[in-house]
Amino acid sequence: MTGIALPAPDPAILARRDEIIAGLKALVPGEGVITSEEERRAFETDALTAYRRMPLAVVLPSTTEQTAAVLAFLGREGVPVIPRGAGTSLAGGALPQEDAVVLGVAKMSKVLDVDLANRTVRVQTGVTNLGVSAAIAHEGFFYAPDPSSQLACTIAGNIAMNSGGAHCLKYGVTTNNLLGVTFVTLKGEVIEIGGDALDAPGLDMLGLICGSEGQFGVVTEATLRILPMAEGARPILFGFASPETAGACVAAVLGAGIVPVAIEYMDKLAIDICEDFAKAGYPRDVGAMLIVEVEGSADEIDEQLARIGAIAGDHGATYARQARTPAEAAAIWKGRKSAFGAMGRVSDYICMDGTIPTGTLPQVLTRITEICDNAGLKVANIFHAGDGNLHPLVLYDMNDPVSLAKAEKAGEDILLACVEVGGCLTGEHGVGIEKRDLMTAQFTRIELEQQMRVKSAFDPNWLLNPAKVFPLDDRLPKVAA
Amino acid sequence: MTDTISPFDEAGIEATIREAADARTPILIRGAGSRAGLGRPAQAGRTLSTERLTGVTLLEPSELVVSAKAGTPVAEVEAELARVGQRFAFEPFDHRPLYGGEAEPTIGGLVATNASGPRRIYAGAVRDALIGVRMTTGRAETIRSGGRVMKNVTGYDLVKLACGSHGALGVITEATFKTLPAAETEATLLIEGLDDVHGVAALCAGMGTPFEVTGAAHIPGQGGQPARTCLRLENFENQVRYRAGELAARLRSFGAADRLDADASRALWRDVRDAQPFLGSPARALWRISTAPTRAPGLVARLGALVEAHLYDWSGGLIWIATSAEGDAGAGRLRPMVRDARGHATLVRAPDAVRAGIDVFEPEAPALARLTAGIVQAFDPAGVLNPGRMHVR
Ligand SMILES: Cc1cc2nc3c(=O)[nH]c(=O)nc-3n(C[C@H](O)[C@H](O)[C@H](O)COP(=O)(O)OP(=O)(O)OC[C@H]3O[C@@H](n4cnc5c(N)ncnc54)[C@H](O)[C@@H]3O)c2cc1C
Repeated sequence: MTGIALPAPDPAILARRDEIIAGLKALVPGEGVITSEEERRAFETDALTAYRRMPLAVVLPSTTEQTAAVLAFLGREGVPVIPRGAGTSLAGGALPQEDAVVLGVAKMSKVLDVDLANRTVRVQTGVTNLGVSAAIAHEGFFYAPDPSSQLACTIAGNIAMNSGGAHCLKYGVTTNNLLGVTFVTLKGEVIEIGGDALDAPGLDMLGLICGSEGQFGVVTEATLRILPMAEGARPILFGFASPETAGACVAAVLGAGIVPVAIEYMDKLAIDICEDFAKAGYPRDVGAMLIVEVEGSADEIDEQLARIGAIAGDHGATYARQARTPAEAAAIWKGRKSAFGAMGRVSDYICMDGTIPTGTLPQVLTRITEICDNAGLKVANIFHAGDGNLHPLVLYDMNDPVSLAKAEKAGEDILLACVEVGGCLTGEHGVGIEKRDLMTAQFTRIELEQQMRVKSAFDPNWLLNPAKVFPLDDRLPKVAA
Repeated sequence: MTDTISPFDEAGIEATIREAADARTPILIRGAGSRAGLGRPAQAGRTLSTERLTGVTLLEPSELVVSAKAGTPVAEVEAELARVGQRFAFEPFDHRPLYGGEAEPTIGGLVATNASGPRRIYAGAVRDALIGVRMTTGRAETIRSGGRVMKNVTGYDLVKLACGSHGALGVITEATFKTLPAAETEATLLIEGLDDVHGVAALCAGMGTPFEVTGAAHIPGQGGQPARTCLRLENFENQVRYRAGELAARLRSFGAADRLDADASRALWRDVRDAQPFLGSPARALWRISTAPTRAPGLVARLGALVEAHLYDWSGGLIWIATSAEGDAGAGRLRPMVRDARGHATLVRAPDAVRAGIDVFEPEAPALARLTAGIVQAFDPAGVLNPGRMHVR
């Protein structure tokens, strides 16, 4: 029904289903093994909902030891494993397959230790992203990476995807805030990598595992860097007549030596849809809008906003409004962070995630409009402007296969345009199945083979999340020799 | 003298590596050689130098990005950045004060050793700023990872893997970094006379404030000079003034804080970065130990007489320790205690004979070591690149 091919399930594994389930039940007691069709349905897709596959079974271990036993068992039996956090991947990263067991970390969701003096926390990876910040907020600390899905998504998924958020212009993405992991291999080995001491010598396995999309092993615990909250923060809205002027303003702010905590871009359609939903007070009569947030004491914020305001004025901002109260600030962010949800109320959409050199923004936006006009589709652009991470939302109708096919094609063309100008296919959502077949546009055969060799070093038989990241044809182990 | 080859381009690097791999003859990889004292002394008949791969290839201040070929002097890139009001946030560490010598550190060496300075505690390490690499692997193939955009999760993060790999995977030929604006000004708060425990506690307290401390070091008292606990602020003039006042107030229970102005602050942090000015004779062996800050003073106390001089950076989490260069430079006693403190230790300076006989880097647990070996094998199946530099093979 949909464009992305998925491998045919292995009948030999399907035939052994009862045996495999019995094996899992011997390792994880009670409700930790999910087998009924009804309950498995909750795991058949992630946030790329156009694709669904019913897994063989779902296992939810409660401890690292159980996870190790399960992985060793499945590795021995040659059964594919799909690691899963909350299933909010937009790239189909957590999509099951019929001959695979989903291994979820949902039952491991505790904050294990908070160490304010050393500014670290130790968590089980099933904890939600927001759960980490919530556990330390009363101490005046927070965990910086803030994906819009932070209420639901887990640290496990964040690590696997190296997730970002609106505030990573200043604070970095997951990999810059991750100090250590407990990593379980398919052999059932439990390996401590990193910890609360910085920069361990040896190859940077921590950096390699972060962003490996569940293809190397299962991460059950993590040590995270936490930060003291700023004295205050205040967003300001700027409206511009055109995307070009907004883009030029972003470049000028960064070029002037100011790095705000966040610079978010929305176009007209995105503004309208978010404003209808969140009543954030966004200007309706502009062609593009920036949300710029700065931090510090009240005086510091005033000073920075004055500098930024002057630059925006020079670049033709037609509208400027600061949040005057915490409630107004919250409303401004609510509008932005609920953008995907708000969009979902008015239409089905696919969310693209390319990154471009910010200087090419006007050119790329023109190209996106062209691509979508030609396909007869509407597009709303939301964009982490400071770091060039674009989220064009291509609207389509789920009940119309032709419209989905067109949207997928338009999405592909948009990503290829990002690669062409020196950017990349995905800035924070990951490759998953969604961008798997485009990898040859970004990488040479030699480069892909080298990445595949790295996967083989962790997982020689390609059992972990096997259908993701690399095009299905021409794969290892063929190139292993 | 070994035979040195200095190709002008990646094709030349590929050819040299291919020849070495085919003949299974090891080669050493070198930038300018300013960090040659780091790691285990590796043996090879041939040296491959990147010194002729030079030049800044991309500088886009409004996108906070700079690229340079591997042999470009770090100082040249820093000068280019300074010209546009930017800098490397990680404050490149320079090994020359430790080893002596005139060789000008290169970008390739900076990346291969992940050599970060005091601002690492606030702004991250080289590996955090590095957003793209080109590298010729031990298979004599040139690959790219990352790119020129700061948000990129397309494919595995081989950028991180290359950073700090000490030439075990390939020859880095070009690197791209995220840059940051240079601060308008800086100042340092100085509290005198604290012992190690209170000094590190003051640093941790400072790091826990919202005032964005960008350097946090404790220099123990020496030769009549009182101990100095130092916290650096960098920002716009007004912010530095305001924050210095607030920070001093928050730290009052540790003692009154003096304030160093921008010039004095810069001079102090150059010394802290170099570490050597506080560590006595260059004939001593030198360890770089990383642990959680609050565990650091206890570790130093337990090491006792082994410690001839020491210095805390990174809020206490980085301890420089000078030991006698005799025997195993203290490794036998030091390593178990560091492990107990859940830290890791690198022997940064010691005579070749000492470094040849022991693990210079913290030994990895067996399962992790097996993973590492698998990755090295995936990049350099013939095992010809810097053999033995990182680990005894
Ligand atoms: C409305 C919405 C907004 C979003 N906004 C953002 C955003 O702002 N920034 C952003 O970066 N992303 C965003 N995302 C994408 C998504 O939330 C992130 O990719 C998130 O990190 C996924 O977390 P999860 O727990 O849902 O993981 P899942 O979707 O369950 O899994 C994601 C990947 O992680 C792997 N995995 C899961 N657990 C483990 C484990 N224990 N060990 C190893 N691998 C594992 C899976 O196999 C899969 O490949 C958004 C998604 C939605 C639906």
